[in-house]
Parts: sequence; structure tokens; C-alpha cells
Amino acid sequence: MTSPAGAGPGPGGRPRVVIVDDHGLFRSGVRSELGDQVEVVGEADDVTPAIAVISECLPDVVLLDVHLPGGGGQAVITALRGSQPQVRFLALSASDAPEDVIGVIRAGARGYVTKTISGPDLVDAVRRVAGGDTVFSPRLAGFVLDAFAALPADGPGVPSLDPELDQLTPREREVLRLIARGYTYKEIARELYISVKTVESHVSSVLRKLQLSTRHQLTRWATERRLA
Amino acid sequence: MNPEPAGPGRGGGILRRLGSRHTWIRHPPGTGPLRRSREDRLGGGVAAGLAARTGLDVNLVRTGFVVAALFSLFGAAAYVVAWLLIPAEGADGNIAGKALADRRGMALAAGLASLLVVVLVIASALHAGWLSTLAWPLVICVGGVTLIWRNAPPDEQAVLQRLADPLLGLAQGSRSRRRTVVRVVVAAVTLGLGLGWLLTGHPDQSALRQIAGVILVVAAIAILLGPWWLRIARDLVVERQARIRAEERADMAARVHDSVLQTLALIQRRADHPQQVIQLARAQERELRAWLFDGQAPGSLDGQDLTLAAGVRLIQQEVEAQHEVPVEAVTVGDCDLDDDLRALLAAAREATVNAVKWSGAPVVSIFAEVEPGQVAVFVRDRGQGFDPAAVPPDRKGLAQSINARMARRGGTVVVRTAPGEGTEVSLTMPRPAGDRQPGRS
Repeated sequence: MTSPAGAGPGPGGRPRVVIVDDHGLFRSGVRSELGDQVEVVGEADDVTPAIAVISECLPDVVLLDVHLPGGGGQAVITALRGSQPQVRFLALSASDAPEDVIGVIRAGARGYVTKTISGPDLVDAVRRVAGGDTVFSPRLAGFVLDAFAALPADGPGVPSLDPELDQLTPREREVLRLIARGYTYKEIARELYISVKTVESHVSSVLRKLQLSTRHQLTRWATERRLA
Repeated sequence: MNPEPAGPGRGGGILRRLGSRHTWIRHPPGTGPLRRSREDRLGGGVAAGLAARTGLDVNLVRTGFVVAALFSLFGAAAYVVAWLLIPAEGADGNIAGKALADRRGMALAAGLASLLVVVLVIASALHAGWLSTLAWPLVICVGGVTLIWRNAPPDEQAVLQRLADPLLGLAQGSRSRRRTVVRVVVAAVTLGLGLGWLLTGHPDQSALRQIAGVILVVAAIAILLGPWWLRIARDLVVERQARIRAEERADMAARVHDSVLQTLALIQRRADHPQQVIQLARAQERELRAWLFDGQAPGSLDGQDLTLAAGVRLIQQEVEAQHEVPVEAVTVGDCDLDDDLRALLAAAREATVNAVKWSGAPVVSIFAEVEPGQVAVFVRDRGQGFDPAAVPPDRKGLAQSINARMARRGGTVVVRTAPGEGTEVSLTMPRPAGDRQPGRS
């Protein structure tokens, strides 16, 4: 499956998408749900073929399953982050395991949605990620709140190298809470008397912190969750 | 004696018996065929069956049989024959039907009866005339009991075994044997005296001596059989309790069955989500354990060893399973449940069920956050919403029950809704200071 290489939305402003999932049935399901709202330029069922297809097609958005047989979605992002920074990843998962989800986000995915998402919502999410925005599902917001909430409780034993990155501002917390409660960005904006753009910037800032924070507490949180 | 309407339980019956003119009527006569009772039997259930059929008190019927048996043994014979001929409740036929096919049993009964007849003939030859009046009923009793013994179902054989116990008991352990021997000796002396007075009574003497004789005979029987009667009464209580326990167990089996089946159905629907399947299986295991070993009904949050997050997951799973509407649950932090938080969860569950039932939304989200000072749960749907001023009464009742539940524990409820805007129920419960998050283990 080849198509002209190059970034940016395809003809008619449709985002160009590659679907990476090890279940063929799921891939075709997603493809039909996306319909003609997006242009599906490639598919892959594992890490190595995914890297090849994405490098070749250079899509706007990669719909990436968190769980793949050959190392998980995280491996795909890590492999391509250096060479194809313009490709954006939207993680898709049926998994509840927070450590996997946080792992993919920390690797560089721009958002996370569950596989139960409806077709129109998925199209919307793809468009937003293609446009440079973030997509936080309520579950991801919950995970992030949980991860950062666990940090202060770790006590003063581990000094924070970069407090700016290691803590959420009250406003970010508020936004995440509303996302977790099931609010859309628009509803959050109305609720907090701010613009949708501001909501978006708060979420992006949270994402940045999540990706850049080097605090090992985040890792530790994930490890502890894995044991739980 | 007019039949009166069916009374309540046993206690009510006793009260009525004390205070009512219809003294021994317990309930109107039954309309079904005459059957021996399995529930309320001391022997074959004949008395209880007759009582049920005629509406008489069962103890009255029993007393009738005993008195008749004491006077002529015909009462006992009638009882045995009834035992043979009246089918038990739920049984296909009577014991006599089976006994007819039991050739060895018939032969045994006939043999025993003929042996007795010989004894009786000898007795009458010795002019012990009083014995011959007992002859026929005794023959019937012995033959009948033999047939019942051989052909009755196991539970009735157990009853016979129990009835035969005091006779067999003579051969049991030393301590009880000594006591039994003492009892038998005392009873024999009393019985001898009583029978002597009864038989030697002359018409010219007053009836006093005969009455004394009867009293002595009764006393002898009481001494001989009293302890055993007590034990039978105790056994009956134990048996009844065992039956109640068995019913409870059956109820439990049914409930567990239901919940297991539901979980299996959910697992099938989510076969491609291993994580959820594991969660479901875990939740089910916890529920089963709680039910089997701690006696908590499935679905109740009370007393379960849950954390808040597990409780929210439980609500999610149960509501999804029961109403087939997806519930998105997100929890931040976790803590152990106390009574306040259980009330919070119960309110959250009610709010969730409300949303699922009334909002028409395709999905309902629950968000629960544990903070140091409080626990907050939000239940949100994007359904039709409602005008709080014009709430239908049934829904108002539910809202009030959520409110009341929370208010009792010092929590707060805020409902935000408008027609077409969906509904969000915010529940907050303060936490006692110093109650931090439990260790994640």
C-alpha cells in the first residue's frame, strides 16, 4: 500500500491515517468506522511492519494499539520519534492497565482513547490530533491525576529536580478532573469561564509534563500499579 | 364448631387457642386428598395429615391416637394401618402397595403374626383373658410395622429407627445402661403395681383403686419412655433447623448461580479484553467468597472488604451487567471503606442506576477521587436531563433517598441538570483527618 510521501492533510483536508493493531478484524472495523472522513493510507499488525509502513507513508496520525506482540505501541513511537517527529500518535487500547497507557503517552503519543469509543468520536479525536491538539479520555485523565497525586505523598526524601515539571498547577488539576468527570473541552471551557483554546493549552501542558518529567516517582507509580 | 380463617403462624395459634371459643380448630379443612405429612411428623405423619385434612389441631389428633392406643391398642393398630394405606405427601403410592410386592416382607409379617397368635392362644389357655383383648390389634401392629420397616422410603425408616431407639438403647454404653436399668426396674415395679391394682380391682371396691392403677401405669410409661420422648422432641427441633438451613443453602446456590452466570455472560462479551475479563473474574471470586464464607449477599456493599476504587468498579460492573448500558468509571487514589464511604458508594450506585434508567444516555460516567480531606464521586450522563422544579414523584423519591443517605453521614449532594443538558450528581463525603491512603499492595 503506497501513497505519495509527505506530511500534511491529504486531499480535501482529510487526515492521512495508518492503523496499527494486531487484530485484523479490529483494523477493518476501525477503517469502516472512520469511513471517508479520513484517508487510511496503511495498516500494520506488529512493531516492525508498523515502523516500515509509517516511514513509507508518513501519515498525519497513527492509530496505535497499546498492546502489540513485538513490544507494544511504545516501541513503535520510540523507534520513530527521532526520524519522523511530524508523525503524531493516538493510542488506542482496550486495556485498563495504567502503566501501559502512561508508558505510551510518555513515549510521545498525543492522546489516548479506549477502543469502545464511537465512530464519530474517533474521527473527531483523529482530527484533533492531526491538528496538533491532544486527546485525553476520562480514563487517561484519571491515570494522570493519580500519577501526579501519588507524587507529593512520596515525601521530601526525593528532592524534585524540576518542580515546574513535576507538579500540576491547580488549574491543570481542575481541567483534568473535569475531563475525568466526562466533560468535553467545550463544556470545561464553559464551566471554568475560559476558552476552549486555553483548555487545550492546559492539557498540552499536562502532556508535556507527563512526557518530560524525569522524576522516577512516575516510574515507581507505574511499577506499583503493576503490582497492585 | 365453625371453621375460621387460616391463622398466622404457630404463636398466633397458641394465643387463639387460649383465648378463643373455637378451641382446637387451627384452620379450615384442607381440600386436597388425605396425605401423610412429611413436615410435621412425629411418627408416620398420619396425625399431621389428618389434622391438615380436617382442620383439627395436630396435637388433638395425636392425643386421640395415644388415648385410643392406651385403652385398647386399636388406636395403635389404626395408626399403623393408616401409615400403610395413606400415601405420603409427594409420593406416588402408599406403602401397602409396595408391601404387596415384597414377598419376603409379607412372609416375615405373617410369620411374626402367627407367632404372636400362638402366644396369645397359650395366654388365653392360661386364662389371662385381658391379653386376648389386645390380640388382634397387636397382631396388626406387629405385621404392619414389619411391612413399613421393609418398604418405607429411607426417611421414614429413619423415623422408625428413632421410635425403636429406647428398646435398642438398653444395650448401649455402660453409664447410660446403668441409668436405663434403674429406669426399667422402677418402671417395672410401678407397672406391676398398677396392673395388679387394675386387675385385682373388685366391683364392690370404689373406683379409686382403678384410677390409681391407671395413674401408676401412665407413670411407669413416663418413667420408661420420658427421656426418650424428650430426645425425640429435641431431634425434631434439630431436624427442622436443618431443613431451614438446607433451604437457605438452596437459596444461596440459586443466587450464586445467577451472579456467576451473569459474570460468565459478561466475560464472553469481553473475551478480547483480557484485563476486563480478569477484573470480572476477580470481582466474581470476591463476591463468591464473601457470600459463601461471610454470608454477604451478592451485590451488597455492606461489610465487604473492599477499597473505594474496587467498590466503584463493582458498581460499574453490576450496573453494566444489569442494565446493559456502558459505565465509564475513573478513580483517582484509593482508600479503605468505612461506613461513611459505604454510604457514599451506595448513593453513587443509586445515582448511577438512576442515570442508566432515566437519562436515555448511551453511556454514564463515574469519577471518584480520594483526597486527604474528602472523597468525591461524580455521576454524569449526557442524557435528556430534567427540570429540577418539575421532577416526577418517583424520581424525586430516589433523589431524596440519595440526599438522606448522604446527609445522615455528613456528606453533601449537588445535582446539576437541565432539560437536554444531561445530569451530573456530585457526592462528597468528608474524611476523618489522618486517614491517609492505604499502602498499595
